[in-house]
Amino acid sequence: MIRVENIYKSFDGNEVLKGISHDFFPGKTNLVIGRSGSGKTVLLKILVGLMAPTSGRVWYDKIDFSTLDKKEIREIRMQVGMLFQGSALFDSLTVEQNIRFPLDMFTNWTTREKLDRVNYCLERVNLAGVNSKFPSATSGWMQKRVGIARAIVLKPKYLFCDEPNSGLDPKTALLIDELIQDITYENQITTIVNTHDMNSVMEVGDNVMLLSGGEIAWTGNKEEVIASDNAVLQDFIFASPFLKRLRVDALEQQKNSRESK
Amino acid sequence: MSFNLFYHFGRYVSMMGQALTRPEKFSMYWKETIRQMEAIGVGSVIIVVLISIFIGAVSALQFCYQLDGQLIPMYYVGYIVRDLAIIESAPTITCLVLAGKVGSNIAAEIGGMRQKEHIDAMEIMGVNTAAYLITPKVVAAIVVIPMLVTIGAFVGIIGGYLASVPAGYLTDMEYMRGLRAYFEPYNVFIMYVKSITFAFLITSISSYFGYYVTGGSIELGKASTNAVVIGNIFVLAGDYFIALLLT
Repeated sequence: MIRVENIYKSFDGNEVLKGISHDFFPGKTNLVIGRSGSGKTVLLKILVGLMAPTSGRVWYDKIDFSTLDKKEIREIRMQVGMLFQGSALFDSLTVEQNIRFPLDMFTNWTTREKLDRVNYCLERVNLAGVNSKFPSATSGWMQKRVGIARAIVLKPKYLFCDEPNSGLDPKTALLIDELIQDITYENQITTIVNTHDMNSVMEVGDNVMLLSGGEIAWTGNKEEVIASDNAVLQDFIFASPFLKRLRVDALEQQKNSRESK
Repeated sequence: MSFNLFYHFGRYVSMMGQALTRPEKFSMYWKETIRQMEAIGVGSVIIVVLISIFIGAVSALQFCYQLDGQLIPMYYVGYIVRDLAIIESAPTITCLVLAGKVGSNIAAEIGGMRQKEHIDAMEIMGVNTAAYLITPKVVAAIVVIPMLVTIGAFVGIIGGYLASVPAGYLTDMEYMRGLRAYFEPYNVFIMYVKSITFAFLITSISSYFGYYVTGGSIELGKASTNAVVIGNIFVLAGDYFIALLLT
């Protein structure tokens, strides 16, 4: 489990996060949602230690991440996998070399063992056989999958995904969401996904936190989203008039089915 | 450009402190060092040879012109070209050129990795990025730049010969006599001290500007330019201090 306690972060006097406290559970797809500029990426960077909070604490299970020195942070990070918004694959390495990089760096496995693990991860993300391709020769959704394969290659306890759906069509985005959720359930890892995609919220949102103006505006799960009367949430999830109408229809259907029962 | 010297110096020292720590896995660092040796060394041979041959040639012609009609014997041309190449032109001019070629390349490479979140990705994996990205470059440069400087010194002397002897300014025997005259092995030591120092300065300074780049392509361009300009200034200042201390 990852817990954040009273996280504040400001840049040149501009407060971006204002007292965020929340629990992210293992075996669940924990979503951090919010509009652009709401502080999602800053929070994610604080969670993985790429940025220090102005005040507040981050706990990885029973370890206070905020008090660790650089060496101890590196040890924790070996249990962390991260999918970046732009995938962050190393251009000069092939897909196989990209996924193998953490294994080369941190394990004493044989070449055969490393190759088996790489192939397993590629099969897990439905990308078998692309080992020798370079990232530049693959499409956006393939790069996301390779990014996921690289993130899970060291069997992490914690998985972070920064806007995994950005730049993908809705159908492909959904496949990536499902993949992340399946991996989370299979390995019982603590997964935190930053997103502003309402489809993701409705499909894989086991534990959702809505950020607005640097504060938590709402927490809940995907089942509670439609029924919630939180104005910020409704304004974010059902942003267009079309979606607002869909919500009204869904609520009416729920009401009718309850009455008929 | 606001340039807080103490801030940059402190951050540079901190980065180098982080870079010069025990590698996570020696074989990965070794592989990267070999790759960098090829990039810095093999990739720079042609430019070093071209520059050195012309500097040697111009030096020889200038001294032929200066000594013409004087009481100083013409074999001094070979002696002066040799010492100039060993003490000054090979280490300093070569390293100034390498500060441009290698320095801008390193700053752009590391800066590009910062912008494309490659460095963040490595950090998240638990890699000591300062060590993995900077140490192999510094070690590779410290090994190959003295080799390039040695080549530069030889080629400079050959350039001096080609410009002066076939043109009839002095004879083959005179040039050879000059090359052998008053040879001080200590000057070769100075050449290697300079080349090792400059190799460290060029790679570490350019790595610093790349490692801490923020923003977009304009900032990356500025970082690359700063790496070259500051690298050149430090090479020249280092040249002065080494001359002051060792001669």
